[in-house]
Amino acid sequence: MSRFIVRRLFSMLGVLFAISVLTFLLFNALPNPALRLAGRFASAAQIAHINHQWGFDKPVYIRYFTIMKLVFTGKVISYDQQVNVDHELLQYLPVTVSLAIGAGIIWLSTGILFGVLSAWRAGRWLDRGLTVLALIGVSMPVFFLGALMSYYLGDKWGILPAGGYVKLQDDPAQWFVHMLMPWFALSVLFIGVYSRVLRSTILDTVNDDYVRTARAKGLTERQTMTRHVLRNSLIPIVTLFGLDFAAVIGGGAILTETVFNLHGIGQYAAQSVEALDIPPVLVITLFGAFVVVIIGAFVDILYAYLDPRIRL
Amino acid sequence: MSATGSTPASVIEESLPQEGWPAAGEDVPPGIGPYRLAWRRLRRNKVALAFGGLFLVIVILCLLAPVYAKHVAHTGPNTENVDTALNQFGVPLGPTWHAKYFLGADNVGRDVAVRLLYGGRNSLEIGFEATLITIVLATLLGVLSGYFRGPLDGFISRAFEVIWPYPVYLLGIVLGVVLEISGLDLGLFKIGGSSLLITALVIGVIYTPYVGKAIRGQVLGLREREFIDAARQQGLGNMRIMYEEVLPNVASTIIVFIPLVLANAILTEAGLSFLGAGVRPPNPSWGTMISEGINLLPSAIHTMLVPGIMLVLCVLGINVFGDGVRDALDPRAKIRIDH
Amino acid sequence: MSSGVQTPSADGYLLGVEDLKVSFRTEDGVVRAVDGVSFGIKPGEVVAIVGESGSGKSVTAMTLMGLTRSPNATFEGRALFDGRDLISATDEELRKVRGGGIAMVFQDPMSSLDPVQRIGKQIVEQIRAHDKNISKAQAYDRAAELMERVGVPRARERLRSYPHEFSGGMRQRVMIAMALSNDPRLLLADEPTTALDVTIQAQILDELRQLRDATGAAIILVTHDLGVVADIADRIVVMYAGRVVEQGTLDEIFYDPQHPYTWGLLGSIARIDRDRSQRLPAIPGLPPSLLRPPEGCHFRPRCPHAFDRCTQVPELKSRLADAPDHLDRCWLEPERKRALRVVGDQIGLASEQAVIS
Repeated sequence: MSRFIVRRLFSMLGVLFAISVLTFLLFNALPNPALRLAGRFASAAQIAHINHQWGFDKPVYIRYFTIMKLVFTGKVISYDQQVNVDHELLQYLPVTVSLAIGAGIIWLSTGILFGVLSAWRAGRWLDRGLTVLALIGVSMPVFFLGALMSYYLGDKWGILPAGGYVKLQDDPAQWFVHMLMPWFALSVLFIGVYSRVLRSTILDTVNDDYVRTARAKGLTERQTMTRHVLRNSLIPIVTLFGLDFAAVIGGGAILTETVFNLHGIGQYAAQSVEALDIPPVLVITLFGAFVVVIIGAFVDILYAYLDPRIRL
Repeated sequence: MSATGSTPASVIEESLPQEGWPAAGEDVPPGIGPYRLAWRRLRRNKVALAFGGLFLVIVILCLLAPVYAKHVAHTGPNTENVDTALNQFGVPLGPTWHAKYFLGADNVGRDVAVRLLYGGRNSLEIGFEATLITIVLATLLGVLSGYFRGPLDGFISRAFEVIWPYPVYLLGIVLGVVLEISGLDLGLFKIGGSSLLITALVIGVIYTPYVGKAIRGQVLGLREREFIDAARQQGLGNMRIMYEEVLPNVASTIIVFIPLVLANAILTEAGLSFLGAGVRPPNPSWGTMISEGINLLPSAIHTMLVPGIMLVLCVLGINVFGDGVRDALDPRAKIRIDH
Repeated sequence: MSSGVQTPSADGYLLGVEDLKVSFRTEDGVVRAVDGVSFGIKPGEVVAIVGESGSGKSVTAMTLMGLTRSPNATFEGRALFDGRDLISATDEELRKVRGGGIAMVFQDPMSSLDPVQRIGKQIVEQIRAHDKNISKAQAYDRAAELMERVGVPRARERLRSYPHEFSGGMRQRVMIAMALSNDPRLLLADEPTTALDVTIQAQILDELRQLRDATGAAIILVTHDLGVVADIADRIVVMYAGRVVEQGTLDEIFYDPQHPYTWGLLGSIARIDRDRSQRLPAIPGLPPSLLRPPEGCHFRPRCPHAFDRCTQVPELKSRLADAPDHLDRCWLEPERKRALRVVGDQIGLASEQAVIS
């Protein structure tokens, strides 16, 4: 097991490095990078300064290290906004994390619940109903759902605030109330996916030979279901969750944040792109990919812990 | 849950162990192959067929956009008409349910129905192109890496691992913007910055690792099976083996992925367009229409609802039909989302 | 009773199966997987149920433990174990018997063990399912004992291993150990050696025989391979397409087989002493669909000796005056059978005139 962990972490470092290189190359491919970085209002002097600071006057490999150093030591500046990108990022992070954690809890628990219910009553009305809901959930673009909720529940009927974010430390109750709709909108897609995956995994597992053995041993139906069927079926769900959660934190909630006007990382990225403000986009892209890879590595390790066959 | 929920599969299917073969008690004439069998099952699934039909109807309507524009609405998708289509407060017309402005007008007086259909064309075109790109690339790379293994597999797998973690929308936005500014110049051919193909390319490439890994996994498993050895032993070259033995077995996985990828590609395109990184104005796309529509709330809800509902119906059609296809190919629905 | 089987509750029978019928309702019709099976087994006996895939042999064994119960299944007949009928028992009553009085070993030990849990835990689970009072430590001790008994080296350590860390033969021994955990009086072994190498097969069969000797348990061995059975079975029940076609002692079946299907099975056993210039004979054709079985004798379409009477279902009964417990389901006269069943210089099934319906 420990060998597996070490190998996996090494592999993770390799991928992180590759991603940093690839991201670097992507941004390098922009024409007139210094001009782009400088933003629309730059002066010639500023451009020259950027050229130097970012290493555009140096060969590629030196440029790579220069830029990476800038990013990781927190010195990337958005010239357009005249702010330090990393500071901005830290400010926006709590919003995205709130969104991710809250939605994550909702979609994981609801997805599992619906999946189990569907499998339990497979073929009957409850299952069909849940499957219909799941299919609609999966087909519903989150920004459309969000817009509908924001308009009807928010503006029109005033049940919940239409958008915006209140800091947790400022007013927990308001924080919660403001997050309800975004949490729900973001969860819908995942609930749809997870309930169907779990349902099909459970239905497969129930036919597996070791479940038959469990019954043959004299276990009650409930014991068979919890100790063997669920235990095995939930493993793929756990890995899925880890990856999806990582993706949401890494900027995957961009649509939800935009619709509900939550100033999270995703929205920051969207606004930066619209303004053609490159430094934040560079940092966020890197950040997003890194989060997914790192969490992905831990998810793999968790999976190996849960399913010993993987450790080979 | 009841004791076994359904007839113990192993009990009855003792003599028919392979996927795709007639399921327990299925009455089937001899000599029927797994795909014909799947087709028969699909035909019996009325719901899936109905939704597939829904999707087909939407596609046809969108293809007929120019016809509608010319003969029914008598206006183009970008024809602005501020005078007649907006009332004195600047609020656009709601659905008239007549030939002109059937579904109403938007904030600059364009016919929503016409834009809907043209937008659908764009969205669907990008969706199909992206799906094609993904399926072709993923199959190619997945089969090659799974079959040959070694350094080629190492390279392709690393490439997948590196592309896959990027946040889809972020990458889509970035690449979209980058390529829009500079176009794509591959020496062999150039694509202009505002071409739909750029967006399709971006989406197509981003989804490739997901499908590619699945195909690779399946090929790895197939390799271990005897019929590959048998073929090689017959003296068949690698290319032929891949084409004749591996590909047909991977085909059912590919078939199942197609609707999945298509649905996701259309949703992703809508999302990118919504954020302003997909289809460029003034060209319509369902995503851009929803985005514009949101700005017009609450006075002109129809501008947002119409494209949104259309998008949902379209994707729902694909998803339900895709589910039906998956069930038809393997009644025990073993195809899971594995990493 | 003309079937020749004594009423099981009397005469020291451990298990008595009386006219067991199992049908499954499927999308395309009703499948009659088991169509009237009767036999008895005494303590310490080894009864082998032999047949092809689809013969109903596995369904019979699994039905004894109630593992085939589902909304689509219908059952008729009785299976008396300890005076209680297993077929009509409630789920809870059956649960107490499963893994306790009757235990089962399955065909594929790799898929029959939970891949994500340690072996020790899985064995202990069975122990504690039947003995609420035993402590965990005691249960683990017992598990280690059982593993030792079936010949797993370093048993104590290996309790912490996962199924995939064992070789095929070892895994099957582990399954046997697990099945024995509550001293069952009847062991059902469903193709226990089919997934294993030939050399390991012999070891496993040996293991089973030793266990029978040591514990006095009865064994029902389900298999498609008559060769496997020769060493270990006391009596043999031959099944085809859901019905028992022949039943008798080992010697009776091997030396005086009364049903063409049995001849076919015997003829297709690969033997070292056979004339190798001839191809190994296989029974031509395929087992019938259980959805729409042939009229009359189920074997008729594949039987080269079929005649007009065969469109009536032959009764399962003894047709030999001196062997009242040797039952068969064939209309042919016993004297004719003696001649028909010799093909070349051995017992087999002549294949030229196979009648395809």
